[in-house]
Amino acid sequence: MPSISDPNLIAGMESAEDAGVYKLSPDTAVVQTVDFFTPIVDDPYDFGRIAVANSLSDVYAKGGRPLTALNIVCFPLKTLNISVLRDILRGGLDKMKEADVVLLGGHTVEDQELKYGLSVTGIIHPNDVIFNNRPKMGDLLILTKPLGTGIISTAIKGDMAGEKAVFRITQSMCALNRKASEMMLSENPSACTDITGFGLLGHASEMIRSAAFCMEIDSAAIPFFPEAVALSETGMVPGGLHRNRNYLKDVVEISKGVPRHMEDILFDPQTSGGLLISLPEKNAGALLGRMRDHGIREAAIVGAIVPGPSGRIIVR
Amino acid sequence: MIEIDVRGFSCPIPVVKTQKAMQDNPGEELAVLVETEVSKENVSRLAESRKYSVEEKTVSGDEYLLTLRPPQE
Repeated sequence: MPSISDPNLIAGMESAEDAGVYKLSPDTAVVQTVDFFTPIVDDPYDFGRIAVANSLSDVYAKGGRPLTALNIVCFPLKTLNISVLRDILRGGLDKMKEADVVLLGGHTVEDQELKYGLSVTGIIHPNDVIFNNRPKMGDLLILTKPLGTGIISTAIKGDMAGEKAVFRITQSMCALNRKASEMMLSENPSACTDITGFGLLGHASEMIRSAAFCMEIDSAAIPFFPEAVALSETGMVPGGLHRNRNYLKDVVEISKGVPRHMEDILFDPQTSGGLLISLPEKNAGALLGRMRDHGIREAAIVGAIVPGPSGRIIVR
Repeated sequence: MIEIDVRGFSCPIPVVKTQKAMQDNPGEELAVLVETEVSKENVSRLAESRKYSVEEKTVSGDEYLLTLRPPQE
C-alpha cells in the first residue's frame, strides 16, 4: 500500500496502530476503529457483549473516549433463526450502554457464516494520544487480563472446554478496558496496545519493533487461564497461534526452561484481551495497586524495557 | 489399524476426531491423514499427551500421514 500522509493524521496505518487518530481542531482528534469476527462463544448474547468490548478496546488503548458506534452484521438468514441476531444485538447494546457509547445504526448483509462487530468513533486531545510503539528505556510492562482465550475458544468449537473455563473467559472477554485505560492516563504511560489476534508476543513486538532497546517478558509473572495448559497440551491449539509463532521466530527468543504450554499461551491469539501498558518503573506499582483495588484483579507486571538487541523480545 | 481421514476439517475437529478414535479403539494403532501443518502439529500433540508414539510421513505438499502407536502395556 502506498503511504498516506496528511497534516492532520496523528496515527494511521504505518505502525500497526490499534486505531487511527485524526486531528479535527487544536484540542480535539477523532479515534476510529473497526473489527468484526465469527462467534467465539456459543451464547449469542455473550458474543454480542464480547464483540463490543473488543471493538471499544482499540479506542481505550489509545487513551481515547469512545462516543458512537455502528453495528456490522453478516447473517446466514437461511440457516439461523433471527432470534439469534436479536440476542447478539441486545448483548452488544447492553455493553455499549455500560460504556456510555451511543449506537447510531449499522448494516447487515446475508452471508453463509455469522459475523458481528462494530465501527467505533471516539475522541481524544491530540496531545494525549498514546502510541503503541514508543516505550521508554527502564519502563515496566503491565498486562491487565489473563491470556489463553484463543486456546479455550478452540476447545469450545470441539466441545472440549469445561463450563468453568467457558464462564471465566466469557467474563474476561466481556470486561471493558475502560477503567484500565482511564487509570493508566494519570500514570504517564509511554506506550499502550491491546492484546488481540497476534497474541501477547505479537502485539509486544509491534511495541518494541522500532525501539533501540529490547523487551524482557517474565513468563512466571504472566496471568493466564489455568484450563489453557491441559488443553494446549492435548492439541487444542488455534491455527493463529502457530502462525503467530512462525511469524515472530526471528524476533522472539524463548529461554530454555520456559514450558511449552507457557510458550503457547504467550503466542495465543486473544479476543478482547487486556491492555499492555509500558510506563515508568516508579508509577507501575501504584497503577497496579489501583487496578487491583478496582476489580482488575489479574493485572500483573509482566516485563520490562531493558538494554539489549534492538527490537527483540526475550522471554525468561 | 484404524484409518481416519481428517482432511477438509479445520482445527480443532481433526483433534476431536482422533481423540474419539482413540477412545473407541483402545490399544489400536491409528493412521491419521491430515492436510495442514496445524492439524499435523495438533494431532501429534494429542498423541504425545496420550503417550502414543508418532511417525509422520509426507504424502504430498501439506498432506501428511500420521501413524499413532499406543503405549506398550
